[in-house]
Amino acid sequence: MQNDVVLKMRGITKQFPGTLALDEVDFTLNKGEIHALMGENGAGKSTLIKVLTGVYEKDGGSIWVEGGEGEAHIHSPQDAQNIGISTVYQEITLCPNLTVAENMFIGRTSGQVVNWKECEKRAGEILSNLGIPARPRQQLGTCSLAVQQMVAIGRAVDMQCKVLILDEPTSSLDDKEVESLFKLMRDLKSRGVGIIFVTHFLEQVYEVCDRITVLRNGQLVGEYPIEELPQVELVAKMMGKSLDDLADFEAVGEKSTGAKEVVYEANGLSSTDCRPYDFSIRRGEVNGFTGLLGSGRSESVRAIFGADRVTGGKVRVKGKDVKITNPHEAMKNGIGYLPEDRKRDGIIADLSVRENIILALQVMKGFFHPMSKAQMKQFADEYIKALQIKTASQDTPIKSLSGGNQQKVILARWLLTHPDYLILDEPTRGIDVGTKLEIQKLVLKLAEENMSVTFISSEIEEMLRTCSRLIVMRDRKIVGELTGEQLTQGYVMKTIAGGEQ
Amino acid sequence: MKRKSKALSSLAELLIPLIALGILILFNLFRDPSFFGIRVAVNNAGNRVLTGNLISIIDSASELAIIAMGMTMVTAACGGQDISVGAVGAISGAVLVKILQAFGAITGPSLIVAFIGACLATILFKLFNGTLVAVFRIQPMIATLILFSCGRSIAYWINGDATPQLASPILSSIGMTIPGIPVPTPIFCVILVGVLLALVFRFTNISLYTQSVGINQGAARLNGINPVAIKLLSFALLGVCVSVASLIGISRLGQLNHKTLLVDIEMDAILAVAIGGNNLGGGKFKLSGSILGAYIIQMLTTTLYAMKVSPVNVKAYKAIVIIVIVVAGSPVVKEKIGALMKRRSGGFHTAAGKGVR
Repeated sequence: MQNDVVLKMRGITKQFPGTLALDEVDFTLNKGEIHALMGENGAGKSTLIKVLTGVYEKDGGSIWVEGGEGEAHIHSPQDAQNIGISTVYQEITLCPNLTVAENMFIGRTSGQVVNWKECEKRAGEILSNLGIPARPRQQLGTCSLAVQQMVAIGRAVDMQCKVLILDEPTSSLDDKEVESLFKLMRDLKSRGVGIIFVTHFLEQVYEVCDRITVLRNGQLVGEYPIEELPQVELVAKMMGKSLDDLADFEAVGEKSTGAKEVVYEANGLSSTDCRPYDFSIRRGEVNGFTGLLGSGRSESVRAIFGADRVTGGKVRVKGKDVKITNPHEAMKNGIGYLPEDRKRDGIIADLSVRENIILALQVMKGFFHPMSKAQMKQFADEYIKALQIKTASQDTPIKSLSGGNQQKVILARWLLTHPDYLILDEPTRGIDVGTKLEIQKLVLKLAEENMSVTFISSEIEEMLRTCSRLIVMRDRKIVGELTGEQLTQGYVMKTIAGGEQ
Repeated sequence: MKRKSKALSSLAELLIPLIALGILILFNLFRDPSFFGIRVAVNNAGNRVLTGNLISIIDSASELAIIAMGMTMVTAACGGQDISVGAVGAISGAVLVKILQAFGAITGPSLIVAFIGACLATILFKLFNGTLVAVFRIQPMIATLILFSCGRSIAYWINGDATPQLASPILSSIGMTIPGIPVPTPIFCVILVGVLLALVFRFTNISLYTQSVGINQGAARLNGINPVAIKLLSFALLGVCVSVASLIGISRLGQLNHKTLLVDIEMDAILAVAIGGNNLGGGKFKLSGSILGAYIIQMLTTTLYAMKVSPVNVKAYKAIVIIVIVVAGSPVVKEKIGALMKRRSGGFHTAAGKGVR
C-alpha cells in the first residue's frame, strides 16, 4: 500500500486574515484511485487544491510527491506542473479560438520554433488513445463543453501527470456527457493516474470514487473507503453531526395553517440561476428550504424576489396573477427578502442605522415622496427598541455595528415595510447565539401575527424549531417536502443525502 | 446639546476645506491687508458695481462651483468622474448660439428658448456618457474620454464660425451685472442652481438613492432601487449644470470660442469635489464641500495672480498647494490625527468616523 502512494500532504495549514482556512489537514492519494474531496462551501476544499497547485503558498505542513526527492516545494502552478500535478478547472481555461492540438501543446514547447505537424500527430494519438471524440485541427470552440473538458484532461495527461485534479468538472455537463467523462476517468485510473475529484453531486461520488476525504471548517474530518461511508453518513460528516445525536431529536408539534389562504404561489418558477420549481406558502406559515450549501436553496428564494433574472413561471400573490421580475415588483406585492450575504447584499455600509432601516419603506413610498426627518427618526427609534439593536445612536454608520446588530437592522428594514411574506436567507449566520435565538423567536411571533415566512438556515435544529414544512433540495432540485412526523433531524438528513433508506 | 454636537460633526466633515480656506484668507490678510477691500466703482456700461478681489474670486468661481455640484452627483452615484464637462460645455454653447442665430435677434424669449434647447442637447450628450457608464459598465473616466476628445470638434461642426460674436445687453447682464444691482449676476446663478438642487433634494429621495447606489449597488438593487436610472439621473443633472455654466461663460465674453469656453474646467471640478472631502470612489457626498472646494481653488488662483506669479507658473504653484490639501484630507493622515487626538484626550475619545474597513 505504502508503495502505491503518489501524493502525501501532512499538516497543511493556511491562514487568511481573520480565518484559518486549513488547520493541519492531511491528505493521501494512491496510484490508480479516484479520490473524492468533500465538504460544504467554505470547508477548505478549494484552498487545499490551490495550495497543492501552487496558487497559494502554504503556511505550514509538507507535501511529498512520488518520484520526488524529499519534500516537494510548490511555489507556482508551473512548479506543480513540473512535478506532475495537473488541474482541470470547472471553467474551461483553454482558448476556444485555437485548434484542439494547439490547445494541447501551447505553452509546453521549448525552443522558438514549434513543429506543429509533430504536435498535431501527437495530439491525434492522445485523442484516439483516450477515446476523446475530437480532431486535432478542429477549432476547440466548436466542440461540446464535455469534449473541451476532455481535451483539457488530455493535455494534462500528456504532461505525464501523476496527480490529476478535477475541480467540479461535471457542473456544466449533461448526463450523457458526465457518463463519457467518467469513462475517461476510469480509463486513466487503470493507467495508474491518481485523480482528485471535487464535486457537490453526491451520487457522482458514489459512482466513480474509491475513497473519500471529508473536510469541515478547514479541518480534516476523516478519510474513508467508499464502502464504509453510506451517503447519509457522508452528509452528517460534512455538516458536522453524528447520526446518534439525531435519533432522539423530537419533532416539533405541527402548526396548523392548512386552512388559511395561500399568500404566494409559483408554478415552474425559474431564473438564470435556478431550475423551474413549484412552491406555495399560506398565511401565517413558516416553511424553509434546506439542503447543503450550494444545493440551490438560496437561488430558489432569490427567484421568488426577482433578485436574479427570472426566466419563466407563473406567480400568484393572494390569488391574483402577477409578474415579478425585479425586487421592486416583489416589494410592491408585499414580499421582503433578507439576503444570505449581509455584507455584500444587505447593508449600505457607510449610511447610518436610521437610513438603513427606512431604506426599503422609503423606496416603496416612491422617489417623489420622501419621508420627513421626524418620521424617519420615529421609525428608527421604534425598531431599535423593538429589536433591541445595540447602537450608539441612529446616526452611527451601520458598518461600525456588530454582525448580529447589523442583521437586526436589515430585519428591521423589512419588518418596517410590513410584508405579507418575508424571506429570510440565513438570518442567523455569523451572529452570536443569543441573537440567533431572538431571531428565531421573532420569526414565530411574526407567524402568529399572520405573516408568512420562509426561513433558511444551515443549522437544521433552527429550522426544525421554526418551520412547519421543509423543502429539501439536492443538486439544484427539490427532492422532498417534509411535514409533521417527518420533521426530525435524522429524517431531514436522510432526505438531503438521498439514497434508498 | 444633541443638536449642538450634530452641527459640530457636520462641520468636522468640512474641517480640511475650511482650514484651507482659513489659511488662504489669513495669508492674504498678512500679505496685503487691503486684499479683501471692496469698493464701489462705475463699470464700462455706466453701472455702479462692487469691485475688489473678494468679489472677483466669488464671481469667477461661478462656473466651477456650478459644474462641481453636478460632478459631485456623478461621482457619488458612479464612483467616477466625467472629464468631458468642458468639451460638452462647448457643445452646449454652440447649440445656444445656433438657435439664437436662427432667431436673428437676442431677446428675452429667444434666449430662453435657446437655453432650453442647449440644455436638452447637453443632457442628451451626458446621457450618452451615462449609458456607457451605467448600462455598459465602462469606467467613467474612459467612457467620458470619448466626448472629452471630440466634444470641441462637434461644437465646431454645429457652429462653423470660429468665434461668433454675441453682443447684447441681455447677455452682458447675465455675464456681468444687471443694471441697478451692484453684485455680478453669475453669483446669483450659483445661488439659483444651489437652491434648485436643494429643492430637488428636499422633494425627492435622490440623495438617499444616489448614496445607496454609490456605496453598494447590489444591495441598493435588492431594496428596489434601479441603479441604472439613478446613474443616468446624475449625468442628466450634470448636463443641466454644464449648460448653465456654459451660458455664463459665453455671456461674460459676449462671444463663443469653441477652443477656450470652459477649457480645463473638468480637472478643477474634480479637484473641487475632492477638496470638499468627498470620496472620489462614490457613496456619501456633501454638495457644500464641493462648492467650498471651488471657491478655494479660485481664491488660490487669484492670490497667486495678486502675488504677480506669471500665468505660466500659476499651475505649478497651485499643484503644490493642492497636494498639501489632498494629502491632509487623505484617510492615512486623518487616521494619524485621530490617533493623536485620542492619546491627547486620554483615550476617552473614539476616533470619529473610524469604521471597519
